[in-house]
Amino acid sequence: MKNQIRQIFHSPKFTVGFIIFAALLVLTIFYPLIVTNDPLEMVGQGNFFKPGTYISVSEAVNTNPYTLNINASSSRLEQNLSMEERMAMADWLNQFAGLSSKEMDVTDAGGLVSLWKDHYDSASEQKGLIAARKKYFSRLDKKITGLLEDRDVLLAEKNQETGEVSVKKTIPSTSYVNVKDVGSRRVFILGTDNFGRDVLTELVAAIKTSLKIGFIAGLIATTIGLSLGLIAGYLGGIIDDFILFITNLFTVIPSFILLILISYSIGKNARGVIMVAFIIGLTSWTWTTRSVRSQVISLRNRDHVNLSKLSGHSLFRIILTDILPYIASYVVMALILQISSGILAEAQLSMIGLGPATTTVSTLGLMMNWAMSYSAHLNGDWWAYFPVIISIALISFSLNLMNTGLDQIFNPQLRE
Amino acid sequence: MGYKKYYTNKIIWYLITLVIAVVLNFILPRLMPGDPVSAIAARAVDGMTDSTAIQAVYEDYAEKFGVNLPMSTQFLIFIKNALRGDFGVSFSQYPRTVGNIIASSVWWTVCLQLPAILLGWILGNVLGAVSAYKKGIFDKGVLPVFLFMSNVPAFGMATVLLYVFSLKLGLAPSSGGYGFDLIPSASITFFRSVLAHYQLPFWSVVLITVGGQAIGMRSMSIYELNADYVKYSRFMGIKDRKIVGYVFRNAMLPQITGLAMSIGTMIGGALVAEIIFSYPGLGTTLLAAVKGRDYPLISACTLIITIMVLLANLFVELIYGVIDPRIKAAQQD
Repeated sequence: MKNQIRQIFHSPKFTVGFIIFAALLVLTIFYPLIVTNDPLEMVGQGNFFKPGTYISVSEAVNTNPYTLNINASSSRLEQNLSMEERMAMADWLNQFAGLSSKEMDVTDAGGLVSLWKDHYDSASEQKGLIAARKKYFSRLDKKITGLLEDRDVLLAEKNQETGEVSVKKTIPSTSYVNVKDVGSRRVFILGTDNFGRDVLTELVAAIKTSLKIGFIAGLIATTIGLSLGLIAGYLGGIIDDFILFITNLFTVIPSFILLILISYSIGKNARGVIMVAFIIGLTSWTWTTRSVRSQVISLRNRDHVNLSKLSGHSLFRIILTDILPYIASYVVMALILQISSGILAEAQLSMIGLGPATTTVSTLGLMMNWAMSYSAHLNGDWWAYFPVIISIALISFSLNLMNTGLDQIFNPQLRE
Repeated sequence: MGYKKYYTNKIIWYLITLVIAVVLNFILPRLMPGDPVSAIAARAVDGMTDSTAIQAVYEDYAEKFGVNLPMSTQFLIFIKNALRGDFGVSFSQYPRTVGNIIASSVWWTVCLQLPAILLGWILGNVLGAVSAYKKGIFDKGVLPVFLFMSNVPAFGMATVLLYVFSLKLGLAPSSGGYGFDLIPSASITFFRSVLAHYQLPFWSVVLITVGGQAIGMRSMSIYELNADYVKYSRFMGIKDRKIVGYVFRNAMLPQITGLAMSIGTMIGGALVAEIIFSYPGLGTTLLAAVKGRDYPLISACTLIITIMVLLANLFVELIYGVIDPRIKAAQQD
């Protein structure tokens, strides 16, 4: 046993897969200890806030400012002038100021704006432009002028009795606040989702639930598959024929369809996380049955099994001591694959809208389903779904790597 | 003689499977507590107070769907109607019939998935064979990339392609099966629009199929390349090219069975990928049906998908009989 484990970890594929998987497991265990917020707490008012650090504006205003001699206008220009606007500006300069496109660099907002300021004149004729386009350019010019100005921002306060507004504070454009001085802040490493929930915290909780679903589904599928395979392979005869028939049947009838039918039929109220895991397990045992059966058939006429039979050992004992140890590696590999396909099945089921009907936990599929329902994929809110996809891919990749590694150890023919 | 027996056996077996699949499709929703019809009726009477009216609605629904008849009679009616392609009227897209909705979406799915899965399978086999024979960059570079991609679910690959090629590069349209401003017709504009919308869903299925097929083909090819007959052929002085031909023909065989067995899983995954693009196929229809709690539509969708998978399987197995003559031999004794 000890030797075998050592051998397993000599396989680079298994080791890499194991490390990725263990890292994910460790993340799901330790992250909730550090970030103790409720993963489904709706923090943001509104949907899909970008990833970043959010600090309280009113606190930032009241925090002691530092004066830094930085010209803020250039970074403001970089931030606020979209690529489209820069292209339009370059086009205008090219057409009406006679500048060649080599002189302009749309990635350098400062340079472009200074050229613009030198050449643009809203009163010029601009032959060939429709009125709407002319207005667009004059609006753009106004916007640039506004961005370039370094006017102080005034903070006003309302007098409680008279209702008069008086200036409380002026904030020059050179004053800065150290983010560390602002107490009220929240870091959303992966932004927020459609309900304003912190995606990272939710994701970690979702990975945990999905792994649980995978484990339960995998265990159920493997148990059913193993028992049926053992019975069919060892007993043979009409029982074997019958089990083989059923197995072939459910290999051909797509399990995804059975999943949909059963999930829909049991109704929304009964469809909890455990129930979904159970159904997935119930519909995905066929592969295990097949492979266990063929293994057992090749084993059942070996000498040691026959000897055991002659010694009058019970069926149960023969299976347990003479057959199971020989197929244990196979069963473990099947379990690993079942876990990975169980997680995928949950995700697909949830995307159709038949996943766990729950509002108290998140799963990878449900997160995906919500992101899609709120068109995150069409609005480019990548943080709401890419992390989910990467998580699914990593889980499945690591499990498959472990499986391939084990396969190479136990099937020497596949070794290079 | 052998072929005839093989084919009849296969076809009979698939007919039995079809019958059981239809029975499951019929019986599963009816086994569960709270039959779907009363759930639908409950929605219809929501807000009604007059108890005789409620009673009437329930009875009307029960009669329409025949739930008050014995199970066996219900099943016969279900079969009779299904054979005529009559699956009733859709709840969520009333007054369209379910048959009509299915007929308009099934070809989108078939034309998307069949070529995509086939191309993925072919590319995978070529990549697997090449990486087994040539090694080098194919074995250490290209194959691992595709292997990682095969772990990304189809809908995941779909969102990645959508983000990169549609949102960022603007090379392809983001959703639908054709331009929203077009009416299906036999014009060139329509055809080009369909082709443009076809690309992303198509490649997202192809890309994730390649890796899994390639790794199977690779190990089969390595196994065959080390077989005795290869060494013997080399000693005989047969050209390498010819030997490689033999090897890959043999290595292909398990791949064909593999295709037959995994076709159901692949279609399931690709159906979900359709949803990402709002592609007008069965996947999107299924989502709409689930969202609208449209029981007749769900039932018809699952049935038609099952039949598609069964047909695809049967086809692959029949082809297999032609490619591998040993099957015929096995039937003769």
